Amino acid sequence: MGLEEKIPDSVILTTLDKMVGWARKRSMWPFGFGLACCAIEMMATFMAKYDMARYGMEVFRPSPRQADLMIVAGRVSMKMVPVIKTLYEQMPNPKWVIAMGACASSGGVFNNYAVLQGVDRILPVDMYVPGCPPRPEQLIDAILKLHAKVEKETLKQKHEDWGRGV
Amino acid sequence: METRTLHINMGPQHPATHGVLRIELEVDGETVIGARPVIGYLHTGIEKTMESKLYYKAIPCTDRMDYLAPMMNNLGFCLAVEKLMGIEVPEKVKWARVMLAELTRIKSHLVWLGTHAIDLGAMSMIVYAFREREMIIDIYEACGGQRMMTTYFRIGGLANELPPDLDKLVRKFLGVMPERLTDYEKLLTHNPIFVQRTKGVAVISAENAINWSLSGPMLRGSGVKRDIRKDEPYSGYENFDFEIALGKNGDAYDRYLLRLEEIRQSLRIIQQALDGMPEGPYRAHVPGVVLPPKEDILHKMESLIFHFKIITEGFKTPRGSVYQAVESPKGELGFYIASDGTNKPNRVRVRPPSFINLAALPALVEGGLVADVICAIGTVDIVLGEVDR
Amino acid sequence: MEETVRHWMQDRFAESIVREDNFRGQQSFYIHPNALLEICEALMEDPDLDFRYLADITSCDWLGHEKVMGDRFEIVYNLYSLSRKYRFFLKVMLPAEKPEIASLTPLWNGANWLEREVWDMMGIRFTGHPDLTKILTPDDLKGHPLRKDFPLTYEVPQFTWNKDNPPEVIR
Repeated sequence: MGLEEKIPDSVILTTLDKMVGWARKRSMWPFGFGLACCAIEMMATFMAKYDMARYGMEVFRPSPRQADLMIVAGRVSMKMVPVIKTLYEQMPNPKWVIAMGACASSGGVFNNYAVLQGVDRILPVDMYVPGCPPRPEQLIDAILKLHAKVEKETLKQKHEDWGRGV
Repeated sequence: METRTLHINMGPQHPATHGVLRIELEVDGETVIGARPVIGYLHTGIEKTMESKLYYKAIPCTDRMDYLAPMMNNLGFCLAVEKLMGIEVPEKVKWARVMLAELTRIKSHLVWLGTHAIDLGAMSMIVYAFREREMIIDIYEACGGQRMMTTYFRIGGLANELPPDLDKLVRKFLGVMPERLTDYEKLLTHNPIFVQRTKGVAVISAENAINWSLSGPMLRGSGVKRDIRKDEPYSGYENFDFEIALGKNGDAYDRYLLRLEEIRQSLRIIQQALDGMPEGPYRAHVPGVVLPPKEDILHKMESLIFHFKIITEGFKTPRGSVYQAVESPKGELGFYIASDGTNKPNRVRVRPPSFINLAALPALVEGGLVADVICAIGTVDIVLGEVDR
Repeated sequence: MEETVRHWMQDRFAESIVREDNFRGQQSFYIHPNALLEICEALMEDPDLDFRYLADITSCDWLGHEKVMGDRFEIVYNLYSLSRKYRFFLKVMLPAEKPEIASLTPLWNGANWLEREVWDMMGIRFTGHPDLTKILTPDDLKGHPLRKDFPLTYEVPQFTWNKDNPPEVIR
């Protein structure tokens, strides 16, 4: 939306903020960036036993241009770093990032030449989910906490603040 | 009229490539002329990491390679180290390992079925497959405490005793699975869309399959009778009665039928293992190499000392190199361990079946249509964690 | 089958064998690098032995153990016979300065990617290979990771007592 750029800073919106926050939280479309083992647990979270569609995250967009939430699931290898950067920049605002698993949060089990020690070295991350791989209940908990945070964000959050967890 | 060929990049981020695989396609209209897979986007340096760890501590690294069949990697590594040290494991351990390895095979084939079907358009299949997978994961969780990476097989035996409700859980699974398999067959086997998309696609002959060093369902789909469980049996497989599924034409449809048949044979093996499970210890008694059971550590002094020494310093291995191959759901998974006489391995090499099967992708897709590339990737059944390690 | 292979190798290629080894039931022959292609072709075509399946090509770095093993680099060829159900290993030792050996791609198509991986990770050059480029490591990584003189590049985790310092990387 380009509406927030046109509103001058001296105007405070309350009901519109609440409505936009509610709408954003209820229909966040995930961009499943499944890299390794955590991707399988992410798929299991979206399946019948631990259903994520009840929280509005039904459609799993394969294209970054149509997604809001990037779940980096799995270890980030050094060869993959420019690809992730490009994909993140292709996502339109507003966007949020969840670092799922120990390898995406901080390098995890692998502390060597080939694995980036945490995806927050290249992307601003909103929510870290520990575990190797995290249980579906942990991922659902993280997503609900992210929803609660998104609901409280105002419409006029500056573009530099998007996805930074301010 | 002059035409040119088009270079398309099936990028590392793609919904149908089962992970981060990049394929550079050269197409002329809709026909594929050349395909060149580019891998390495998930390279983790697992082999180098394992060289800096003691043998015992390197087992969790093996879980994360083929993450759809984690217990199979554990089994291969533990068998290789036991061969290197010359350790004999008790009968109960062998039977428990066979049972859990066959459950792992079913789990991996279920995920393959779900993702292959959704790539070809049958979108409800993946939900059914993951429902069965949840039942197997309940068994994993009862044994090892974790849903996927249990690291349940250790050097010399199992991590801890088999859980008391294992019998109930496995029998519940065995009671439910055969009719669910018939449901899946009703959905897909004679479905005209599925048959048209898989019959005659990604064909490879037996001669070519042997030359490309393929293994597993890729090789058996072309009619070559090769199964490590029958040819070089390990961990007590010679005591079990099962058949090897074979295909005829070497196309994707034959491999689909073959994998369903493998699930049925695995159910047979699990039934035999559960009925005949012997009693006994869950670890071999080799002081200095295998960890003593936890109850002994609280009462006996030698067990405490051995436990301390094994965890902090490891055990010395003889000089030499061993190779142990297991039949993983993807093919021949081999572990080559070269030891230089110290407590850390000099070289751990994993012979990755998916890597070698993927190298034959150009031979499978050249001359076909672009949509057949998706089917070919699905039928090769790759796991990028194993391809890139 | 072990005796058959031993007699066959000693009849036809006695001058290429450096030594023979049998550890835990696995037979292996150390051969001279120049004889590799010849021996492999003969193994493939002989109807008694029928070693048509190349299971694996591996390399080891024995830096520090050259006196015991012979040289620094060791390449292991894992051959299997489908009809006789027998596996054995051919091993070649290569010097540290210029490790080079003939490629097996004319005989087996499966050797293509296996040799590319050995080149990438260990730095052993295969002459006659159609496309010897990097396959696993990123393009900007210099060096060959599995060699013993390439460090693990372990990064010391940040605790409370060193969290204000920049991350220390053990190279």
